[in-house]
Amino acid sequence: MEKYSAYSLFKHALGHHENWQRQWRNPEPKKHYDVIIIGGGGHGLATAYYLAKNHGIHNIAVIEKGYLGGGNTGRNTTIVRSNYLWDESAHLYEHALTLWEGLSQDLNYNVMFSQRGVLNLGHTLQDMRDIERRVSANRLNGIDGEVLDVDGVRRIVPILNTSKNTRFPVLGASWQPRGGVARHDAVAWGYARGADRLGVDLLQQCTVTGFEMSGNQVRGVVTNRYGTIEADRVGCVVAGNSGVLAGYAGFELPIESHPLQALVSEPIKPVLDTVVMSNQVHGYISQSDKGDLVIGAGIDSYTGYGQRGSFTTIEHTIAAIVELFPIFSRVRMNRQWGGIVDTTPDACPIMGTSPVENLYLNCGWGTGGFKATPGSGHVFAECLASNDTPQLAKPFNLQRFYSGALIDEHGAAGVAH
Amino acid sequence: MLKIHCPYCQETREEEEFHYSGQAHIARPTDPESCSDEDWGNYLYFRKNPRGRHMEMWVHAAGCRKFFNVVRDTVTYEVEQTYLIGHVPAGST
Repeated sequence: MEKYSAYSLFKHALGHHENWQRQWRNPEPKKHYDVIIIGGGGHGLATAYYLAKNHGIHNIAVIEKGYLGGGNTGRNTTIVRSNYLWDESAHLYEHALTLWEGLSQDLNYNVMFSQRGVLNLGHTLQDMRDIERRVSANRLNGIDGEVLDVDGVRRIVPILNTSKNTRFPVLGASWQPRGGVARHDAVAWGYARGADRLGVDLLQQCTVTGFEMSGNQVRGVVTNRYGTIEADRVGCVVAGNSGVLAGYAGFELPIESHPLQALVSEPIKPVLDTVVMSNQVHGYISQSDKGDLVIGAGIDSYTGYGQRGSFTTIEHTIAAIVELFPIFSRVRMNRQWGGIVDTTPDACPIMGTSPVENLYLNCGWGTGGFKATPGSGHVFAECLASNDTPQLAKPFNLQRFYSGALIDEHGAAGVAH
Repeated sequence: MLKIHCPYCQETREEEEFHYSGQAHIARPTDPESCSDEDWGNYLYFRKNPRGRHMEMWVHAAGCRKFFNVVRDTVTYEVEQTYLIGHVPAGST
């Protein structure tokens, strides 16, 4: 595979950029794989990449029903942070953030990870108490964080409306300087290219329609395009459909699928150099390198699989953004879209073994999966390779819904992503 | 924008007036003392999540404030029918 470098860019410039190598193959599937991963989004591709790179398993297929990174990986608002309250999730997301910091070098692919900082605003006294608590918990876990008062917030984002005349005046914020944004497509493409180089077969436009079972064991997957493909182990790394897949294997998941939408404005000159999120007024915003304002909303309250959001949610989100940033009141919106997020009762993912043998789960990431992409893949690869749940993933097992050991992250994860 | 018919008010109103309240027809365990952890887990956390016809509860928050049942398609978002608590949807046996 061709290494991307300043030299390769120069060399191809001489050839008018006409002879760049394809980034990955489009292979015919084999009859049998050691591991099949269902879902070719960021998490699935990262899992395949780390399985091949760290665990020496190369006979892997990733099965994707659409195109690579075309689901929620390409639909989110690209925010990366790790300031979660509880130890279990803080460790997992911090593991991911550490991997983010070296990801472009590791993949030889510019994922445009920009650590421009993430602000979580507080608008009420209770918000500020929760922020104090969360930042303290973060610091005990070795995660960077600061509590800012209104002046501190104003210094970082001068265009934010910090007057006392708004419905929910800004009282302060938590500030994670190592947080930021990344280019979501590049993350999927970088992992796909890296995995393909290590021998992983990426099978696109191929839908899994069932499992090949023998007793309580999964032996392979049934696909609409290639028939049955055998596998020793199957990893289910999908969003918006994990309940449907679990149904094929004969069990249920504590997951409800909701539409989550985002929207971007027309490109404008650089005006916002950080990420601003607010749980209270329910909106979050950053500016992409292209100049678009990237705005995120909350999930629609009702369950649904239509990949679009409701107008009422857009209206609430835009109202919140305009209250925070009156300067944006006349910016026109360019595009709006929705993705389907699989939410769990405690806003934490489900990772590890399933009730069926040889079938492993990595799903239920809800509204916050993008930031976890490298960590999720890294940990889940270990899970698939060792046949044992790694320490970081243990608290996230399916069994927690029976034992009661839930990790209630609604405070840090419930709304803003 | 969903348009939902409130079976109490007998009015068809926009979704803004209502709140979604999750899956309908979840029976509370009749003998809680004898429930296993698995029974409680299933009762508390496991919900139907179909691609298609879904029976769910809504509350007319900005109207009569009463709960009622809705049959809605989760792909097209079409509201098939609404009916009172304690009733079964029309067309089912």
